[in-house]
Amino acid sequence: MTEFTLWDILRNLLLATRWTIVLSLVSFIGGGAVGLLLLFARISTRKAIRTFARCYIELFQGTPLLMQLFIAFFGLGLFGIDVPAWLAAGLALILWTASFLAEIWRGCVEAIAKGQWEASASLGMGRLQQMRYVILPQAMKIAVPPTVGFSVQVIKGTALTSIIGFVELSKAGTVVTNATFLPFTVYGLVALIYFALCWPLSRSSQFLERKLNVAHRNH
Amino acid sequence: MSLIEITEVRKSFGPNEVLKGINLDVAPGEVIAIIGKSGSGKSTLLRCINGLEMISGGSISVAGAQLLDDQLHLKTLRLKVGMIFQQFNLFPHLTVGGNVILSQTVVKKTDAKAAEAMARRMLDRVGLGHKFDAYPDELSGGQQQRVAIARALAMEPIALLCDEITSALDPELVAEVLSVVRELAAEGMTLLMVTHEMKFARDVCSRVVFMHQGRVHEIGPPGEVFSNPQTPELKQFLGVH
Ligand SMILES: Nc1ncnc2c1ncn2[C@@H]1O[C@H](COP(=O)(O)OP(=O)(O)OP(=O)(O)O)[C@@H](O)[C@H]1O
Ligand SMILES: [Mg+2]
Repeated sequence: MTEFTLWDILRNLLLATRWTIVLSLVSFIGGGAVGLLLLFARISTRKAIRTFARCYIELFQGTPLLMQLFIAFFGLGLFGIDVPAWLAAGLALILWTASFLAEIWRGCVEAIAKGQWEASASLGMGRLQQMRYVILPQAMKIAVPPTVGFSVQVIKGTALTSIIGFVELSKAGTVVTNATFLPFTVYGLVALIYFALCWPLSRSSQFLERKLNVAHRNH
Repeated sequence: MSLIEITEVRKSFGPNEVLKGINLDVAPGEVIAIIGKSGSGKSTLLRCINGLEMISGGSISVAGAQLLDDQLHLKTLRLKVGMIFQQFNLFPHLTVGGNVILSQTVVKKTDAKAAEAMARRMLDRVGLGHKFDAYPDELSGGQQQRVAIARALAMEPIALLCDEITSALDPELVAEVLSVVRELAAEGMTLLMVTHEMKFARDVCSRVVFMHQGRVHEIGPPGEVFSNPQTPELKQFLGVH
């Protein structure tokens, strides 16, 4: 039996970490784009659109991410669509992330004083113009800390994709454990790597929040 | 010919009828003061005129632009009539100049240079040309309100609606805002203002509207309305017996 050095283990885990990072980025960016659409739908003046967005958000927030992954992976398979693990993982995570970001951002938009809507409306701006030039620039500032904070949940969420066979950090941990029989060392390292990814993000979220509270000024 | 035509306007919030058939025609250049007790519907009337509230009955038109519930009609209407709010409502993320420029470029598609020139002219007009690059929170309340006036003027409206625009100000700042309004009136701007400044209303306004329980209860030139109130409600409001 071959001996594995600590470096061998770490190297393999780090290689797999790339996929955790890629999947996190894809989920976050894709989820952000879909989330922005959802946000607009959620605060639309049309009731049907609002209701659709609300149902979407409640559905994706009210079911475990694991179930969403299973449905994307196995469910589509039932219809004869062969879904590779990376696609199912990316799709489910994007849709899941979107539901949370949309709701976080809606809170930020609603925190903007009603007078801002009224003043911009009275100057003749349409709804999209109001959002683009008046509301979002202000809402984005207060949205940064909770959004950065949520990115930690996305990174941790990617660990679940190991169950449908996507090889990211957690899955690599299992594979390496099976080869080395050193579960404590391996999973200890896996946990450390997750921590190294998540900790700076949650710290900067806290830092940004404090900075925002201290700043009285709005610019 | 009337500039603003308000005909049989009704407005309800749920079961609560706040405007109960308002009729009011305003000629170009008129300055109208709207007075009345809290809850009599003064703000609601102003907000209906530029479509911040939709009316439940009757009709409103400003210089031929009808109040109708769609984006195109609302925009046409709002280009004719600007509004100043009690709380200023400046955009805090933009400089003073940016506040006055924004709607020109976004709504009227004025090019950046012309919009900036207009912004500087309007800020000079309210005596704040030197604050072009300041942010709203660096200004006093009175200065902020004057920026709000400049911002509305930059859209070149035919009429302005002012809802208690000095009520949020410290007493010593009221005069600077009122003197800007006084100049606008002198230059022939059509103004509808809800105000508690009775002296100002008496000096500057062409007509005074006394609202009571959602109706125009009394209307006339300030001399008549203030010196010779006809109804007990107005007498009580003015504190004469
Ligand atoms: N958005 C709203 N929803 C429900 N009721 C409202 C709304 N806006 C105003 N009202 C009600 O309409 C009535 C008239 O309000 P309005 O603000 O027009 O009074 P006002 O004459 O401006 O009073 P004030 O002098 O206090 O400003 C009040 O009874 C108020 O509660
Ligand atoms: Mg009012």
